[in-house]
Amino acid sequence: MRYLPLTDADRRDMLGVIGVKSVDELFRDVPLSARLGAKVAGLPDHLGELEVERAFQAYAAKNVSPSVAPFFIGAGAYRHHVPATVDYMIQRGEFLTSYTPYQPEITQGTLQYLFEFQTQVTLLTGMEVANASMYDGSTGTSEAVLMANRVTRRSKALLSGGLHPQYRRIIETTGHWQGFKAVSGKPDADGLEDLIAAVDKETSCVVVQNPSFFGHVRDFGKLAEACHAAGALLIVVVTEVVSLGLLKPPGEMGADIVVCEGQSIGNGLGFGGPYVGLFATKEKYMRQMPGRLVGETVDADGKRGFVLTLSTREQHIRREKATSNICTNAGLCALAFTVHLTLLGEAGFRRLSELNHGKASQLADKVAALPGVKLLNEGFFNEFTVSLPKAAAPVVEALAAKRILGGVPVSRLLPGDKSVENLLLLAATETATDGGMDALVAGLKEML
Amino acid sequence: MDRSQGRTGGIASGASTEAPTFTGNRALQIEEPLIFEMGQPGRTGVDLPEAPKVKDRLNGLRRAGEIGLPGLSEPQVVQHYTRLSQKNYAIDMGVYPLGSCTMKHNPRINEKVARLAGIGDLHPLQPQSTVQGALELIDRLAHWLKTLTGMPAVAMSPAAGAHGEMCGMMAIAAALEAKGERAQRKTVLAPESAHGTNPATAAALGFTVKPIPANEKGRVDLAALKAALGPDVAAIMLTNPNTCGLFESEIVEISKAVHDAGAYFYCDGANFNAIVGKVRPGDLGVDCMHINLHKTFSTPHGGGGPGAGPVVLSAALAPYAPYPWIVKDGETWRVAEDGAAVDGTPLGRLKAFHGQMGMFTRALAYIMSHGADGLKQVAEDAVLSANYVMAALKDTMTPAFDGPCMHEALFDDSFLKDTGVSTLDFAKAMIDEGYHPMTMYFPLVVHGAMLIEPTESQAKEDLDQFIAALKSLAARAKSGTAVEAFKAAPLYSPRRRLDETLAARKPVLRWRPSNNFKEAAE
Repeated sequence: MRYLPLTDADRRDMLGVIGVKSVDELFRDVPLSARLGAKVAGLPDHLGELEVERAFQAYAAKNVSPSVAPFFIGAGAYRHHVPATVDYMIQRGEFLTSYTPYQPEITQGTLQYLFEFQTQVTLLTGMEVANASMYDGSTGTSEAVLMANRVTRRSKALLSGGLHPQYRRIIETTGHWQGFKAVSGKPDADGLEDLIAAVDKETSCVVVQNPSFFGHVRDFGKLAEACHAAGALLIVVVTEVVSLGLLKPPGEMGADIVVCEGQSIGNGLGFGGPYVGLFATKEKYMRQMPGRLVGETVDADGKRGFVLTLSTREQHIRREKATSNICTNAGLCALAFTVHLTLLGEAGFRRLSELNHGKASQLADKVAALPGVKLLNEGFFNEFTVSLPKAAAPVVEALAAKRILGGVPVSRLLPGDKSVENLLLLAATETATDGGMDALVAGLKEML
Repeated sequence: MDRSQGRTGGIASGASTEAPTFTGNRALQIEEPLIFEMGQPGRTGVDLPEAPKVKDRLNGLRRAGEIGLPGLSEPQVVQHYTRLSQKNYAIDMGVYPLGSCTMKHNPRINEKVARLAGIGDLHPLQPQSTVQGALELIDRLAHWLKTLTGMPAVAMSPAAGAHGEMCGMMAIAAALEAKGERAQRKTVLAPESAHGTNPATAAALGFTVKPIPANEKGRVDLAALKAALGPDVAAIMLTNPNTCGLFESEIVEISKAVHDAGAYFYCDGANFNAIVGKVRPGDLGVDCMHINLHKTFSTPHGGGGPGAGPVVLSAALAPYAPYPWIVKDGETWRVAEDGAAVDGTPLGRLKAFHGQMGMFTRALAYIMSHGADGLKQVAEDAVLSANYVMAALKDTMTPAFDGPCMHEALFDDSFLKDTGVSTLDFAKAMIDEGYHPMTMYFPLVVHGAMLIEPTESQAKEDLDQFIAALKSLAARAKSGTAVEAFKAAPLYSPRRRLDETLAARKPVLRWRPSNNFKEAAE
């Protein structure tokens, strides 16, 4: 076994030092009825590296890689080019195989990049403080609602119909089992939803998404004012973080908590995870935040250094009184985010953002020119919704049969809702090519 | 460029006895500024084409003003993060005996296969006909997890161990709700030695947590448990092997008592690595258990995540498993998502998409590399190594309980009594010897706890050197002549002890143009 350094001679010597005859004597506390005499039945034995690699190549061969197909899928996860430097950096063993930085003297590498990450998140979102990341945007949004409930001591969340349907479902699940009320708006395909009238004195928070699940871009400044007048918090969710290079940040709209899915920067699509949740808020709510925080301090020589801080919020200290049960962040994905954003810098990030908007704008014009197709968005960033003259799901399947990955039928995420049956979500990032767009348009034309 | 790195003046000020250098660097120990202190406007590390000229469709929401991101070229970025990496200890560098955290070797083939085109680059919402191999891969891992644990079902989507706990405890709440007992059963029992996540999870779900004391052998006190069980109890949350590194020898009696009282048995599977291939939790009466793929199955810890925490479920809890799950219809794989017609009453959804696929791929590669034969050997070597460390140190340090232990050896601080050296000092002195310290002050039930988990990944020679180093440190501590040296440790790490009180009292959580360290220190 290539991963196991102990030889049989080592094992015999070690058993001798311990003073037992066999390793099974060390398992003597296991009840007899539960001891397996032999290895677990029905499973194969070990494989060499070559065989393992072949097995995974066989899995991969049964999938259609976006690298070989025109690709226009978004809906909460976006295909972007990740520079080779990012993947190299996160595979350095010193980052990859280190634990949570509980011993700051020998984990300054992790702590400093997390401090840089926290700062980058505050700049992008226009907020005052940020944590060291959440599992992802979806779980982070649910944590944001719990935080708003703590801050306001209320227990009713209003969820926009423009919020990603799976995010909404997670909040509803959390609400059902953790005991708060989640009131969901109707799917907001046209982007005209008005939540202001629904905010009342029981509302702990309103959760909106910008750009919305349907791609609409809106200013939530008025909604923020209404929330604050009623003593509620405004939570703004961003599932496409590249949009923040071009759009007014949620902090400038008056958001109290901002949660982003950070996957687009530095992290590949990975079939849905692991991703990285960005979580930012106002300084006054800092102590109600979930998750890890890195802070600046000094060491015994007076040198600047970084440590995990305000851990009295966390489960390993506070146990049942903790702000959250969370014990893990998305450290390595946060590193990928930070390295990629550092490579981009101000100029690169803005240009990437412009490029995404430009490509999507071109695609929108081409698709909307097809007969019977209607673009539902007045404003959008790199994703928009079109209404087709027929149901969207079979069209997407037929495109896939031609190896065109042509968007997400909204019905996949809102099954059973007849009003969205014909709606198709299309995204175009910097990875979209003219040829790919033409292939999609030709494919659609054939099917409609 | 300011490379003073916050020194108060001169170059080597403070208590350091080292000779100063002009740069403040010391050979490979290079002081590193923040990216915000390095950037120049006009620099970038990417070359992107011009955006197409199109009409702005941002609805009047264009960002005004600078974001404030620094500009660095690619070589600067590579140098910056490489230098930072050199300030980290890692499994790749040596013994990392952090008890309860399972710092085992992370094979690189796992990284390679997770990045294959057709696996690493798939979108979670691609048409299902285009991701048949990915769905099969998830189901294959699910099969291994179910077979290794002897449990009939698994929920794959939880993103980490604590998320898995939330999933499992929600499933228990759902089962109680179905029986009409949720309002009545509001108590969750958890041993005093439990991970902090256990009470935090139970409390988040509205349960009242009642601690169960340990007996003198470091196990659950069965009589106290039986006395605590009643019609108000929803579940017990029990780690096995427990956080003292011991197998709960009365676990069959415990699960019977719990079930007889109408409650459920949540097993915290953080320590499954000690028994994988040797014991199936399903044979112990467990109702649900999360599996930390980043512990037992070697997916990298990555400086604190990402993890993955699939939860295996008994037949009683399987109907409540959350969306999504994988189904095979004939020869076609399908993922059941919200709203699909299904059997059972799913408790809802915990995470977008289908779970931590990147972790699934790595874990499956690890599992296939070991096979049924190798996984059994993994558990045996991990337990053997821990017992070897315990036996070799039992006359020098003080084991908290009589052996044998499972995968980790727990010591208390009585060997340091009256030396003036604390567990913390002892741990910090290990850093100067080139080791990452063991887990300290956990579990809480042992005074000054030191929890050592060598894992199966260390060669005997390396364990021997580690043991010799601890013996030497213990001898120095007991000699009574080195208290000041222990208090000053570590001396040779990139930073010496950091002022955590200052960090918490005056939190500085981000860089600002004005917030250099001086302000923080004032």
